[in-house]
Formats: sequence, structure tokens, C-alpha cells
Amino acid sequence: MSMRAPLGRALGLGSARDGTGSFWHMRLTSIANIPLTIFFVWIVVSLVGSPYEEVVATLSSPLVAIAMTLVIVLALIHMKIGMQEIIVDYAHGGTKFVLLILNTFFSVVIGAASVFAILKIGFGG
Amino acid sequence: MVQFTLPKNSTMSEGKVWPKPEGAKNVREYRIYRWNPDDGANPRIDTYHVDEDDCGPMVLDALIWIKNHVDPTLTFRRSCREGICGSCAMNIDGTNTLACTKGADEIAAVVKIYPLPHMQVVKDLVPDMTNFYAQHRSIEPWLKTVTPEPQTEWLQSVEDREKLDGLYECILCACCSTSCPSYWWNSERYLGPAALLQAERWIVDSRDEATGERLDELEDPFRLYRCHTIMNCTQACPKGLNPAKAIADIKKKMVERRL
Repeated sequence: MSMRAPLGRALGLGSARDGTGSFWHMRLTSIANIPLTIFFVWIVVSLVGSPYEEVVATLSSPLVAIAMTLVIVLALIHMKIGMQEIIVDYAHGGTKFVLLILNTFFSVVIGAASVFAILKIGFGG
Repeated sequence: MVQFTLPKNSTMSEGKVWPKPEGAKNVREYRIYRWNPDDGANPRIDTYHVDEDDCGPMVLDALIWIKNHVDPTLTFRRSCREGICGSCAMNIDGTNTLACTKGADEIAAVVKIYPLPHMQVVKDLVPDMTNFYAQHRSIEPWLKTVTPEPQTEWLQSVEDREKLDGLYECILCACCSTSCPSYWWNSERYLGPAALLQAERWIVDSRDEATGERLDELEDPFRLYRCHTIMNCTQACPKGLNPAKAIADIKKKMVERRL
């Protein structure tokens, strides 16, 4: 039971002067992911059943490797912001902070591993 | 975490079935949420039977009829009975709306009435609007200027005045905000569609000179950006306004001023 006036409670800690960045990046990555996802699906489908050497050769070509990197990075940024929104909506208190930290770590680790894999194939590791 | 089920002291049980009016030909059943803070009991759903031939056409008429003829303890807010004061907002037949503008004949059979969702209940159909009003106050809903005041009124062109249409008509009944899941889960930090519609009303006012300040105050992951445009607000608004569009316009201005 708090005796704080309703307006004081409504004003709370004030405005964070933040949020538009995530909002804008969510939209930007949405637009970018339309062609990138189509390209990604097309490449993967076209490589179905191909021999190992051909797959490596295709993924090593600069255009494909750059597109693959972009797909991974932009999709992960999109996924991270999306999941962050869900967490902030539904989780409160300590749970929220733990989930937000896990969400960021997960996205970065998956991103690092995926980009490393693409580079390794690309540079003939 | 968000609570998806009712807390133990809020679960409802079957309440009293009040007798049917004698000799009535046109009877409609009303199932109404009852909760009394003084008796320590859980909420219950009472069943009433309204003689439609003896009662006005709107749901509010039926509530007043019940209060006058059947059960004087039934508690609800009402004032203007013509959709301009916003007092009688409640959840009728699954939608937040004004009891005074909702015709009983718009509902197929039994009329189910609950208080506005996810608000603290004061008694029966009366919700606690304290936080909702404080949030409206927090957006500073008045004209703010720096230019010295003119000798006469502040002038506004006809075109600029038209920009306020669809915004100024809000009666603060809270049908929109209490229909919004984002508001349910985070009402202490998310301003909700009603307050944001009013924020937009002052942001677009050509006479107001605090636009930047207003946008600064709204730029917050909670205050503004809990809106995910599911548009329950627009669907619920009994005045036919579009809070979702107002919120989208605010977000657009947020992006515009930084690009």
C-alpha cells in the first residue's frame, strides 16, 4: 500500500527517451528480410541433393556468402527485438531481466557460430 | 509473470436467480457480475429477468429497471444516458461499450454484463479509474505555448482544426484501454490507447508549441511502444474513434524526427 499520489505513480521513473530505435530496426529488418529470405530458401532448395563439393562451391561464391551472412545477422536482429518485445510484455520483475539477458546472449552466440560457419566454408576451411 | 488466471479471491460463482416479473410477456435474461467489498465473499453472477415492455431499449435502461424494480443494491455508474459522459462503460456481451448506447436488441439472447476488464473493482460494475485518469493527466492535456499570448484568441486555420477531428471527441470512458492486452499486462507503465489518443490530440494541434517535449515524454519502451497495433481499442470505441491510428501517427512522428 503506497500513499503516493496517482499522478506520481503514473509518471513513475519518467520517459526512457528510447524505444524508437528498436521500433525502426524491426521495420528495417522486416523489409530487408523479404528478398533475403526468398534468396536463402531458393539457394537451399536448389542445393538439395547436390554433392558436397558443389554445395561448398556455391556457398563460397562471394554473392551467396554475403547474402547468407546478411540473412543470419538481420534475421537474428529481428528475432532478438521480437523476443524482447514478448518478454517485456509478459514477464515482470527479476524474471524479465534474466530472460532479456538470455535473449541477447542466445542471439549473439547463434550469430557468431553461424557467421563463423559461413566464413569457414567461404574461405575454404 | 503476467497472471492469465483469476486470483483465488476473484473467481466467480453462480449467484442469486431473481424471480421473473409477474405477468410479463417479453422477458430478457440478464446475467450480471456482483461483488461487494464489505461481505468478504468472492464475486458472483446474479440472474435477473427484465420485462422489456416496461423498460427502455438500451442495456442501461434495463440496469436502471433492475435497480428500481428488483434489486436496489445493484451498483453501476451512469449519468447522461446518451453516450457523452462515458460513465456507464462496462463489458456487455463480451465487448467493452457504453450501456446507454448499446441496444438490448443487438444481443441475441442472454445479456452478460461485467465490469471493465482487468481493472480493480470498487463494487459490482464500478471499476477504479484512478490510474486511468492519472495517466490522462500525465500527458498534460492542455495547450502549451511559448509565443506570447495574443490579445484575442489563438488562431487556427480551418484545415488545422480539421486535424483534431477524430481525436477531440474522446469521452474517456476507458472502453479502449481496458480492451487492450498490453494495457492489462502493463497498465502501470503503458499509457494505453485513451491517453495516447489524447496525447496525439495535443501533438497535432497547430496552436501547441510543446510538440517536441510531448514526443520526448512519450518516447519510451513502455509508455508508447507497448502498442503492437492489435486494434482492440478501435474495435471497442463506442464513439467510433481510432486510437490505433493515433498511436501509429505518434510512432511515425518519432521516426520522422530522427531521420
